[in-house]
Amino acid sequence: MSTTVVRLAAAGDAPGSGVFSVAAATTSAPALALDGICLSFGGIRALRDISFDVAPGEIRAIIGPNGAGKSSLVNVISGLYRADAGTVQIAGQAFARMPASRLAKIGVARTFQNLALFPGLTAAQNIASGLAFRRRSGLLAQVLGLSAARSESAREDEEVREIAAFLGIGGVLDRLVSTLPYGVQKQVDLARALVAEPNLLMLDEPMAGLTVTEKAEMAAHIRAVRDRTGLAIILIEHDIGVVMELSDRIAVLDHGVKIADGTPVEIRRDPEVIRAYLGAEAA
Amino acid sequence: MMDSPELLFAVEVAVGGLLSGVMYALVAIGFVLIYKTSGVLNFAQGAMVLFAALTFVSLVERQVPFWAAIAVTLVIMAGLGFAIERTVLRPLSNRSPMTLFMATLGLSYVIEGAAQLIWGTQVHRLDLGVSNAPFEVGGIFISTFDLVAAAIAAAMVSVLTLFFRYTRTGLSFRAVADDTFAAIAVGLRLGRIQGTVWTAAGVVALVAGLLWGARLGVQFSLSLVVLKALPVLVLGGFDSIVGAIVAGLVIGATEKLAEVYLGPFVGGGIESWFAYAVALVVLLVRPSGLFGKKLVERY
Amino acid sequence: MSLSADVPVAPPRVNLRALGLLALLAVAVLVVPVIASPYVIEAILLPFLALSLAGLGLNLLTGYGGQVSLGSAAFMAVGAFAAYNFQLRLGVSLPLAIVLAAATAAAIGVVFGLPSLRLRGFYLAVSTLAAQFFVQWALTKFSWFSNDSASGVVAAPRLTVASLDLDAPQGRYLFALTLVVGITFLVHRIVGSRAGVNLIAVRDDETAAKVIGVPVLRTKLVAFAISSAIIGVAGVIWAYAYLRTVEPAGFNLDRSFQVLFIIIIGGLATIRGAFLGAALIVVFPLLLARTSSFAFEGLVDAGVLKLVERVVLGLVIILFLIAEPNGLSAILGRATARLRAVLRRG
Repeated sequence: MSTTVVRLAAAGDAPGSGVFSVAAATTSAPALALDGICLSFGGIRALRDISFDVAPGEIRAIIGPNGAGKSSLVNVISGLYRADAGTVQIAGQAFARMPASRLAKIGVARTFQNLALFPGLTAAQNIASGLAFRRRSGLLAQVLGLSAARSESAREDEEVREIAAFLGIGGVLDRLVSTLPYGVQKQVDLARALVAEPNLLMLDEPMAGLTVTEKAEMAAHIRAVRDRTGLAIILIEHDIGVVMELSDRIAVLDHGVKIADGTPVEIRRDPEVIRAYLGAEAA
Repeated sequence: MMDSPELLFAVEVAVGGLLSGVMYALVAIGFVLIYKTSGVLNFAQGAMVLFAALTFVSLVERQVPFWAAIAVTLVIMAGLGFAIERTVLRPLSNRSPMTLFMATLGLSYVIEGAAQLIWGTQVHRLDLGVSNAPFEVGGIFISTFDLVAAAIAAAMVSVLTLFFRYTRTGLSFRAVADDTFAAIAVGLRLGRIQGTVWTAAGVVALVAGLLWGARLGVQFSLSLVVLKALPVLVLGGFDSIVGAIVAGLVIGATEKLAEVYLGPFVGGGIESWFAYAVALVVLLVRPSGLFGKKLVERY
Repeated sequence: MSLSADVPVAPPRVNLRALGLLALLAVAVLVVPVIASPYVIEAILLPFLALSLAGLGLNLLTGYGGQVSLGSAAFMAVGAFAAYNFQLRLGVSLPLAIVLAAATAAAIGVVFGLPSLRLRGFYLAVSTLAAQFFVQWALTKFSWFSNDSASGVVAAPRLTVASLDLDAPQGRYLFALTLVVGITFLVHRIVGSRAGVNLIAVRDDETAAKVIGVPVLRTKLVAFAISSAIIGVAGVIWAYAYLRTVEPAGFNLDRSFQVLFIIIIGGLATIRGAFLGAALIVVFPLLLARTSSFAFEGLVDAGVLKLVERVVLGLVIILFLIAEPNGLSAILGRATARLRAVLRRG
């Protein structure tokens, strides 16, 4: 599989190339491939033999009822949980356990279901934290205000402003994030993930708690990000309407088992899905 | 089996250590009770031990009969525990656990100071009528007092266990300990349960205060038993009564053995920090202690 | 674990605030040494400066970094004894001894900070007690540290920098003030830097910080190192300038709690909080003693007074935690905001 895709500048590329600089590259591997992932807590098997892949530039949804194992899966990919078996492959590199602290360097970013922002920091500082992984100037250089540190900060501020303007939160950058409305905080969370220019972005319930208007806005952002940067997106979401509209392919989990996988059209027709998920939800 | 005198001596040291470990566990259990229901590490538990012992001994010195003094102190301790819950913990109920901890730190200052303001700062002798004469079992000597203390501790743990397993309040306590939100949702009255638990912690403090007071004399330094209980708690896990007991035994025994066999090489006095070192080493392997609930992060 | 999520951030009024600080500094350098009596310097200003600095160091770790430490006094002791021994054994000058003492405290801080890489919350707080007890034990047990003095108490060397003799109260005050001002400025720079932002990120949500690529381990260890170094220098001021003796006894658990109380009362995660808290902690016992001797004419003995002090201090802590978790700093912030509003209107 060798396709020419548009992707984000990788972490190692020249810094300051901007969030939306488009670099053509050939990739032979999927952005993410899971192979036989198993996970259990105590006696409960949260994930059983899950395999699937995400192609570069694809929006890949994972749906399923509460407790199906969606968030567990994202946590395995993030390295927060250690899978009992199976491998995670990122851009061709295989991991038995994802190193959580190097996630950003590998080119993976995520948002959090329950908004894991830093309430004691401003929106700008929150977003800039997404760039900490590639920062080179040390504490001493920063404290002494050496020019390398100053220009690095300036560059970061520029990138933060750029991404904030794109998401329409440029006006609140200097506000403490805890004083912002929930919908705006969700955008800050997204900005913090995007500013790192990841190749794979995991969105854990980005629509949860949003109003209808905010949902539409968020969906537009997600699509625009993909279209402009060609990054791969894993989307965990309860709002089926949003999922059907946004995703290229959908995997359905139920009790830790993948029961279906396919395009929105296929999933809508799948009897197993209707019974286990949509049916349960309707009942 | 016990042929060499060195081995015999080592066993004797270990047994002595195990029995003092029971004393550590006794204090630690008071912490666990409160931690399980309110998630607070109650630093004031040591001050409560001091307060209990000082109140009791002062009553006895004023010619109040033994059992009457116990009863009165019991009521006072229960009242104190209840009052703390109402005036300090409740206004802080939705704040971070560390904030609550700092509040109990302040509380320990208040109780220690108040106890001594009320009853004076002199050292009191506390005689529970238990002989301290050692007796011999299979060639090793065991302190009668330590054994009685261990028995009392065992009895207390049994009573607590029965209470939590078979009474309505006890069962709701367990529900709260397992899941506060769920407990609120099904309508358990959190306030009353926490009031009860603080009362129970006051009672545990009295038992610990009597036993420790009889051993060390009743004085300010009694409140420092908290510093003996903390490594026990860390080792056992803050939320496990069983953990507190096992860790108490482990720390009691290793501490005494270390004091005897390691102490001479480093100038002695290592009991001030040795327990912490033991706890730390174990924690590096198991960050939630031996029996503590594993912290599963939800993201 | 988040200690204080709701730190108020005043809108930047750099020029006005900087002017105020400069004025304050000018008074501290030019006016105070002239008008302050030796008593005021020795009983109030020197302990105030030493404890402010210790509070500043702890606030970096606990207020900004969220890592609660109950072992501050141990690092004060390390600083004091290290400076003493570097001067005694290597014959280095006082400024160099202070730098080396800070480095020693930092190194030991990192060692006792290692558990923070694995432990959180109360488990970590309790493990910092290990530092408190171990350091105190080592300094008491091994008489080498106090040059084999029989009492374990040694006189601090004369305070001289280059050819400047600072041994008089005014000199000691200026010595302490210089260190405190310099380090405070450094802390101000650290807190405003990206590293400072990382520190708060780790405090507010460690897991999220790790996943998005904030170097959590490094951030924590650096926080322990810098915090311990600053507290170590506070120890040097305490021993050299305030007590003028180097001894382990004063660096006990109560001192550690005192430093913690300073930042709770003053305001977590603020620079001025350490100063406000230290001022209250130093002045309050003196006020209490004055008041009682005035009101009861010596009927209250010193022992009772100490107990009353303990009770009131405990109550103050609880009261602040309940009513003003952001401490004196927040109260001051509101007061200045009100003053500004009045001035603007008038």
